[in-house]
Amino acid sequence: MSRWQFFVTHRSDIFQATLTHLTLVSISMLIAIAIAVPLGMFVVQRPALRSIALGIASVLQTIPSLALFGFLIPIPFIGGIGTRTAIVALVLYALLPILRNTYVGLTSIDSAVLQAAEAMGMTDNQILWRVRLPLALSIILAGIRTSTIITIGVATIAAAIGAGGLGTFIFRGVAMVNDAVILAGAIPAALLAIVADGLLALLERRLKVT
Amino acid sequence: MKPTIQFRDVTYSVTRNPSGTSGASSTFDIVSAVSLEIHAGETLVLLGRSGSGKTTLLKLVNRLLTPQKGAVIVQDRATSEWDPIALRRGIGYVIQEGGLFPHFTVAQNISLVPTLENWDSTRTSKRVRELLELVGLEPAQFADRRPNQLSGGQRQRVGVARALAADPPILLMDEPFGALDPVTRAEMQREFADISRRLGKTIVFVTHDLREARRLATRIVLLESGRIVASSTPEEFLRIDHPEVRAFAATLDSTPADQLPHSQLQQPTEPGARA
Repeated sequence: MSRWQFFVTHRSDIFQATLTHLTLVSISMLIAIAIAVPLGMFVVQRPALRSIALGIASVLQTIPSLALFGFLIPIPFIGGIGTRTAIVALVLYALLPILRNTYVGLTSIDSAVLQAAEAMGMTDNQILWRVRLPLALSIILAGIRTSTIITIGVATIAAAIGAGGLGTFIFRGVAMVNDAVILAGAIPAALLAIVADGLLALLERRLKVT
Repeated sequence: MKPTIQFRDVTYSVTRNPSGTSGASSTFDIVSAVSLEIHAGETLVLLGRSGSGKTTLLKLVNRLLTPQKGAVIVQDRATSEWDPIALRRGIGYVIQEGGLFPHFTVAQNISLVPTLENWDSTRTSKRVRELLELVGLEPAQFADRRPNQLSGGQRQRVGVARALAADPPILLMDEPFGALDPVTRAEMQREFADISRRLGKTIVFVTHDLREARRLATRIVLLESGRIVASSTPEEFLRIDHPEVRAFAATLDSTPADQLPHSQLQQPTEPGARA
């Protein structure tokens, strides 16, 4: 059972890498949410900006992740080797699902409800904050959930530009042609994704308004 | 006495572009040259087929729409001169299925306008209780429910209570009972007729159901293709000699005889209703 032997002997390294991975993902997700949700709220009433914002986010998502990390390295301030570049790349990847779901959530509200809100003398801002946003919350959260799962996976590639995390084991294992080392990175990453998915799904269900 | 609501030669039109390409766009009048006065305490029913412009007329009152020609005067001021927010807070609005906020409880739904107007919480909760009792819902049982825990009729009652919350002098109702089953609908109509008599509000009520119009109206105005074609008391309405009136009268055919007042059953001048 040499395969599991590696887990046991390197358990503190694996634990450390998992923590680094989790930190990368959490920071990236917080930044992505802080950008995408307000941006979605902003573009809802501005159709021209909406297609631009969604277009850019879609294009970003089509860039292969390894290439995106590579592109960012030579850019001053945000680029270079290390955590900062990795976070920038992860944020760019996470934007689209959140932005799209925020937009869809805010615009797919029953027109009778919106008409009632308007007819009762609510201002546009009051309608956005007190009606649209609470009713869109579960759809926005679904976008955050999708983004989180993607980010946990893509973050393994961050190790390629020296940001650490579980990808370190995967890259090392590939280089050594050693399954045990690859699994030491892949299994915790998969577990993280499953747990995050489950927790966010739970939250999403609680926020759902029928 | 000055009318509470007045339509002065009001035209509301939309621009249509049937081909979807440039050029050939045409304007289409949804409401055309309507003049109408609605006095305090009246329950005016706007009757008409789908697309006759009755809902548009209603939306012109609280400035959800503004007319291209003419003016709608509400309480001595044209709607175009009103601050739309202030105007709407003084006008109750009830729509089909209630349009309740699904994420609010019944109490929160009813207290929306008082909350927007910054009432204190004691006054607001007292008002919510009052209104729930008025519309026949036990406050202790219903205040904390959500709209999805109510039946269609109960939702509609909450919708009426919500519209009355800040005691507006004017109430607009857009087919409020249209989605209810016939038994509940009749019950709501009876109760609402009673409530409206007691409160003395100026009510504009949109429906395509002549029976409902006759139950609730102090005056019936019939619309056809954006124009007023008849205007009369419910008692006189069936005597009007106009094809659209006869078309609506014909819908009464299936009415059980005991629901029609005898005076009307014996009218010899309404062949449409008996044919």
